[in-house]
Amino acid sequence: MFKMTPNVLRNLISKKATRRYPRQVRPPYESVRGELRNDSTQCNLCGACALKCPSQCITVDKTAGTWTCDPFACVYCGVCVDTCPAQSLTQKREYRPPAVERQTIFMQGEPRKKTKTPEAVESG
Amino acid sequence: MFKTVIPFGPQHPVLPEPIHLKLTVEDERITEAIPSLGFVHRGLERLADLRDFHQMIQVVERVCGICSMIHAVCYCQGIEELMAVEVPPRAKFLRVIWSELHRIHSHLLWLGLFADSFGFESLFMQFWRIREKIMDINEATTGNRVIISVNVVGGVRRDLSHAQIKWVLSELQMIEQDIKRLENTMLSDYTIKKRTVGKGLLTAPQASELGAVGPTLRGSGVAQDIRQTGYAAYGELDFEPVVETDGDCYARCKVRFRETLASIDLILQAIANLPAGETRQKVKGRPEGETVTRVEQPRGELLYYIKANGNKNLERLRIRTPTFANIPALLTMLPGMWLSDVPVIVLSIDPCISCTER
Repeated sequence: MFKMTPNVLRNLISKKATRRYPRQVRPPYESVRGELRNDSTQCNLCGACALKCPSQCITVDKTAGTWTCDPFACVYCGVCVDTCPAQSLTQKREYRPPAVERQTIFMQGEPRKKTKTPEAVESG
Repeated sequence: MFKTVIPFGPQHPVLPEPIHLKLTVEDERITEAIPSLGFVHRGLERLADLRDFHQMIQVVERVCGICSMIHAVCYCQGIEELMAVEVPPRAKFLRVIWSELHRIHSHLLWLGLFADSFGFESLFMQFWRIREKIMDINEATTGNRVIISVNVVGGVRRDLSHAQIKWVLSELQMIEQDIKRLENTMLSDYTIKKRTVGKGLLTAPQASELGAVGPTLRGSGVAQDIRQTGYAAYGELDFEPVVETDGDCYARCKVRFRETLASIDLILQAIANLPAGETRQKVKGRPEGETVTRVEQPRGELLYYIKANGNKNLERLRIRTPTFANIPALLTMLPGMWLSDVPVIVLSIDPCISCTER
């Protein structure tokens, strides 16, 4: 056990490796893949994200003009963000906090493209 | 002497994942060990019928929670071979860098768990504290901590900027110092030697005959490492497999400890030789034909058999993971050992049961 003593002594004088989460949170890194967001002003409901998603967590209903994502099924791989032709999908830098109820990320857009300002509703 | 049968696992304080061993003991000596598997089977190979070959990358990454990057490299290599895609050199080097980061954090995780298996909990915390820095590098460079999802057929999705490379180099320097500080404890401490030296012996002929792979094989003195085949950019880097000759738990521990330092050296070499250029080759068409690809996981040789028939779904995907190959070796190590040494010996092969059962 004496071989460990120098490490123990160093630990006594060095700063803590842990932090008091959630009161103290480390700022997220620049390119972290966090929670998914869809910009309703840019989304044209083409459905490419739903087609490419490996966990099939995105549902696009073109006739009703809705875009829905189940964040608990999402694996945060970012494939949808890479493939979005309208570049309306982005990932926040923060992760979704734990929740006790099932939630969805929902966007209501107009089914027709010519509508300029679709109304965006998000429940989270 | 009466024979007693004692169940070891599937739920056991030392096991991170469920494996059941039916141990026959005489007095406290083990005479026979019979394994049973299948507690965490998820049927991921079958998903090849439902997901297209691009989506399967995210599926195969989830075969293993520790070395996900290396699974994806193996799968992408196979598909690239079938589609005759030439991966840009920069992407090959980036794959090496992230693969080696995964190897380091897998070995650090194991070294911690191994210390915990013989009751050295403070050493366990020391190793896991270092591992957290590797997780931070993964998160900052790729976006995710463990399942980093950077591989695509034809290259990688993320690139390393100049500032990131500088930061990674300074972090790696600190990580190397931290690991070397624990070298004296891990490799020459009396209590650790007492629990590991001479336990779970596996001779070189036995290891070869039983088809052991990875550090289990190299700990017995057989210098075999799939990285020697030169896949990705390993062929352009200076690399020698780490070998120990004793064949006991202590030798396997030494192999893994030295491999973490060897991996840091490989990352430094890869960063020094990182070529400029594209990181991703555009891919068109669908794979056709069949192939076998192999890569070196932290636990040993990983083998993928891919059969495609020109459709968007693969016809067959077969994954053989290193722990599956190491279980026969484990069953040879156990007879003759004390019951109290079983946790240490079982952990010495670094069992990844989720991998094995897919």
